[in-house]
Amino acid sequence: MALQTEQIDRSYFTTERGEDDHAVIGTPVQRADALGHVTGGTEFFEDVNPTGLLHLKMHRSERHHALLKRVDVTKALEVPGVVRVLTHEDVPANWYTILRLIGVEPNDEPVLPEDRVLYKGEQIVAVIATSEAAALDGAAAVEVEYEDLPAVFDVEEALAEGTPAIKPHGTNYFLYEGHHCRRIRFGDVDAAFEEADHVFEWRYQSSPIEHAPTEPTGCIVVPQADGRLRIHSDTQACFFTLDNAALILETPFSKLRLIGGTVGGGFGGKVDVIVEPIACIAAMATGKPVKYVYGRAEEMQVSSPRAAERVIIKDGVMADGTIVARKVTLYVDAGAYSRHSPYGTTKAAAHMPGPYTIPNVWVDAHCVYTNRTPASAMRGFGVTIADFALESQMDRIARALDMDPLQLRLKNAYRDGDMKAHRKVAEGTALIEVIQRGAQLVGHELPGEYRGLSSTDPREA
Amino acid sequence: MRSRVIELVVNDEPQEFLAPPGTTLLIALRESLGLTAVKRGCAQGTCGACTCLLDGEAVMSCLVPVETVDGAEVHTLEGMAGPDGELDELQAAFLEGFATQCGFCTSGMIMAARVLLAEQPDPSREDVVRAISGNVCRCTGYESIINAILDAAERRRATGAISYTEKGA
Amino acid sequence: MAMLRGRGYASVNYPTGMNLGGDPSQALIHSTTTGTFVVTLSSVDLGQGIKTIAAQCAAETLGLPYDNVLVDTADTDTGPHCMGTFASRGTHRVGNAVIMAAREAREIMLEVAAEELEVDPADLETDGTGFIKLKGKKIHIVDLALAAHFQHGRTIAGRGIFLKEKNDPVPETGEMDPDSCQAHACTVAEVEVDDETGVVEVVAMYNVYEVGRALNPAMATQQIEGGAWMGISHALFEATEPYYPDREHGPEDFSQYLMPGPADNARMESVILERPAESGPYGAKGIGEMTANAPIPAIANAIFDACGARMETMPFTPERVLRALDAARGVAADEA
Repeated sequence: MALQTEQIDRSYFTTERGEDDHAVIGTPVQRADALGHVTGGTEFFEDVNPTGLLHLKMHRSERHHALLKRVDVTKALEVPGVVRVLTHEDVPANWYTILRLIGVEPNDEPVLPEDRVLYKGEQIVAVIATSEAAALDGAAAVEVEYEDLPAVFDVEEALAEGTPAIKPHGTNYFLYEGHHCRRIRFGDVDAAFEEADHVFEWRYQSSPIEHAPTEPTGCIVVPQADGRLRIHSDTQACFFTLDNAALILETPFSKLRLIGGTVGGGFGGKVDVIVEPIACIAAMATGKPVKYVYGRAEEMQVSSPRAAERVIIKDGVMADGTIVARKVTLYVDAGAYSRHSPYGTTKAAAHMPGPYTIPNVWVDAHCVYTNRTPASAMRGFGVTIADFALESQMDRIARALDMDPLQLRLKNAYRDGDMKAHRKVAEGTALIEVIQRGAQLVGHELPGEYRGLSSTDPREA
Repeated sequence: MRSRVIELVVNDEPQEFLAPPGTTLLIALRESLGLTAVKRGCAQGTCGACTCLLDGEAVMSCLVPVETVDGAEVHTLEGMAGPDGELDELQAAFLEGFATQCGFCTSGMIMAARVLLAEQPDPSREDVVRAISGNVCRCTGYESIINAILDAAERRRATGAISYTEKGA
Repeated sequence: MAMLRGRGYASVNYPTGMNLGGDPSQALIHSTTTGTFVVTLSSVDLGQGIKTIAAQCAAETLGLPYDNVLVDTADTDTGPHCMGTFASRGTHRVGNAVIMAAREAREIMLEVAAEELEVDPADLETDGTGFIKLKGKKIHIVDLALAAHFQHGRTIAGRGIFLKEKNDPVPETGEMDPDSCQAHACTVAEVEVDDETGVVEVVAMYNVYEVGRALNPAMATQQIEGGAWMGISHALFEATEPYYPDREHGPEDFSQYLMPGPADNARMESVILERPAESGPYGAKGIGEMTANAPIPAIANAIFDACGARMETMPFTPERVLRALDAARGVAADEA
C-alpha cells in the first residue's frame, strides 16, 4: 500500500476546515510501533517469562444449564505437577463487577460458580500446576456431577410466557429501570402507519461472531517483593481491569499494578476482565507467578462473542419515499450473563432509526438471557448488526417503490438541526456527502436535485 | 522421562538448552532462548503466527517437537536485520508500507515471505498469496502485506541483494 | 448455472465515545532535560495506533517535530487513568487530553524561551523543526530544556483530561445524549454469485468515510481496509454457532472458523472526507469500529441485485444463498 494521502477529498465542508496548515496532523507519519513489529521487538504479555511460572487451566461445564451436585477435585490434586486447586470458596468477593463500575446493576456472574452453571464452557474449577500439560491434565481430572435444568436457546422463547427464568433475579431479560427493554418513544408511529402509503415489515437475524484475534486472551500475574501484584495482561482497559480485580480480591486498589501495552488484536474481546481476577487469586495463594491464557478452542467458544441479534423493522413510507414511521423490535442474545450487553443494547437503541430523519420512531430493545456463552462487546457494539438490518431495509423499500437506492437514502438522510429519535439535535452530519461522493466514485448518476443536497442546508418544514 | 540437551544453530549462532519432553520448537525459542518473535496463536498449526525457518524451510514451530530437530539450523525474525540494525528489505517494506497493525502476525508473515523470496526472487501476486495463505491476519485485510512482499522483492532485485538461499535461507 | 454480478449500497453513521459518556482519559506530558517530550498514558494500543496518534497530537500542539515525542503507556503505576480502548473513544478522548497537556507544557516552554531570549512569550513562534524563535532570535528545544531545568528551575510539563459527562436515558422515552460526534460512511459492494453453488465472491468494494479529520491518513486507511475485510468476513463466513440457536458444531480453531484468506481479496478503493468535529482533537472523530459495518448490508444488497436472493440471516453462507434463491425463483415461478 502506497502511503495514502491522495485519497482525502478536501472539496467538502471547505468553510469548516479552519486553519489547515498542520505540520504533523494529517500526515502519514510512520507508526510508533512498526519498527518493533518488524524486528520482533514489540512486547506482548506472553513474552514475559518469570522464573517459577505456574500455569492455570480451567475445568469447564459440559452442560448448558445445570445444578452442581458434586464437585470433586481429589483426582486433580493427585496429578503430578498440580500445586493448587481453586473453587468459589477461594474467591473473596465472587461477583464480576464490570457493570457496577459504570453504574449498572445487578452483578449477575460469579467468578467461579457456587451452585449452578448457565452455559456449556462456564469455568468451574481452576487448576494450577508447574506445567501447562499438568494443569490441563489436572483440569480434566476434576469430577463434576450435574443435575440438568431446562435450557433455553432462543431469545423469543426465553421471553415467552411460561419459560422458566434462568437468572436469579427472576427474569430472562435485563431490567431497564424496572422495564423489560430499553425504549425509544418519539412521535406516534401508530398514527403515522395509518397515514402512510405503504407499510413494510421485515425481519433480520445474525449469529454470534468471534473476535478471533491472533493473540489469545490471557495474563501473567507476578507477586512483587513489596507484597503487590504485577499483572501483565492483554486487556484493552488497564484501569478497568485493575479496579474490577481489586473489588473481587477485596484488596486496596493500590496493591495491583497493570502492565499492558500492545495487544495482538482486541476488537472488543479483551474488555471482560475474565482471566485476571482468578489468576491474581492463584498468585496470592501460591506466592508464585501464574499464567492464565486461553487455548484456541477456549478463545473460539468460551470467550465472549458478538451477540446474535434478531431485528424486526416496520416502516411507514409515503409514495415519494419519505419514511414517516419506523418501529424497531430488537433482541440482543446476551447469553448466560450480562457482561456489557445491557450497555450495548442501550447503544443499539440510541443508534435508531439509523442516520435518517424520521418523525415517528418506536424502539423496544431487549437484552435477553439464554444458556449460551455470554456475549459482550465487539467492534461496532450495538450497531453492526443493526446496520445490517437498517440498510437491508432501505434497499428493500427502494425496490418496493422502484426508487433509486441512493436517492431514497438522500431523501431521508439526517441533516444539521434535525431532531434525532433520542431527542438530540443533529450536528456535524455528513451522510449526504458520503453518499454523493460514493455515487461519484462508482459512476452512479444522481439527478441535479440530489447532487445539490447538503447536510448544512436545513430541512424544509 | 528426562529433559534432554538440545543443540540448535539459531540465527547463525550455536545455542544449547535443556528441553523437557514434549517441548515444541516454539516454546524452546520463546522460553529457553528468549526469542519471542515467534508467537503462540493456536498451538495447533492453523494460524501461522509461529512460523520460522527450519533448515531453510518455513515450519509451524508449534508443531515441531524440538527433540526431533536436534542440530538443525533455525532462523527467526530477530536475526534478519543487519549487524548495524539495518533492516532487511522485507522488514523495511512492511514498515514503510503500513503493513502492520497489532504486529502479532508480522513475524510469521515475514518468515513465510523470506522463504518465498529465497525460492522465487520475482514472485507473482499469486505466488505471494500462496506463500502467506497459512498465516492468519485479523487486522489488515492482507492487501498491504501482499504489496509489501512484492515491494521487498522489487527492492532486492534492484539492489542485487544476496539471495536468501545464498545467505542460508 | 451462471455467475451473476450485482452491486449494493449502504450508508451509515457511527458514534464516537462510550455510549452516554462518563469515560474520561488523562494525559501527562513532560520534557526531559534534552528536549524530548514524554507523553504518559495508560491507554492500550491494539494495533489501531493510539501511541502514534498521541505523539502526533503532542507534536502538533507543542510545535515540535514528531520525532521529539515519545509515548509511554499502559502501566497503571505511571500512567494516569484512561477508561480503555473501546467505543472508538481513543483518538477523541486521549487526543483531547494530550492536546490539553501539551498546551500547558507549551506555555511554560515559551515562558522559559522568552526569558532566555529576552522577549515577550506572546511573540514567540515554533517553527516545527525544534526551534522557538522571534525574528532573528532563536533557541533550540534541547538548549531550552537544559536551561529550564538547571538554570530557571522550571518544569516544562502539562496535564490534560477529557471528560464527556455521563448522562442517563429517560426510561419512558429514551431521551439521551449518547455520543460526542458521529462519523459517516458509504460503501458500495460489487459481488459475483454462483447460482449453482451459492458461493458469493466480493469482487470490489468502494468506501467513502467522513471522519472529522484523518490525523494519520495512512492509519485511517488501515482501519478502512482492515474493517472492510472484517465486514466481508462477517457477512459471508463467521459464526460461532453455525446452526444458531442450536449450539452444535461450533468451530474451535481457524480451520473451522472460516475467514477470507489473501486469495479472496476484493479490490478496494477508499476516499476520506473531513468535516471537523467541534469536540474532536483537531476535529477528529473515531473510526476504529465502524469500518466493518456498512460492508455487510452492502454485500446483502449486492447479492439481491445479482440474483434476487434476499439475505435476512448472517452469515450469507452458500446454503442460505441457495435457499433464498429457491425462494425468490419459487415466487417468480408461481406468478409466471
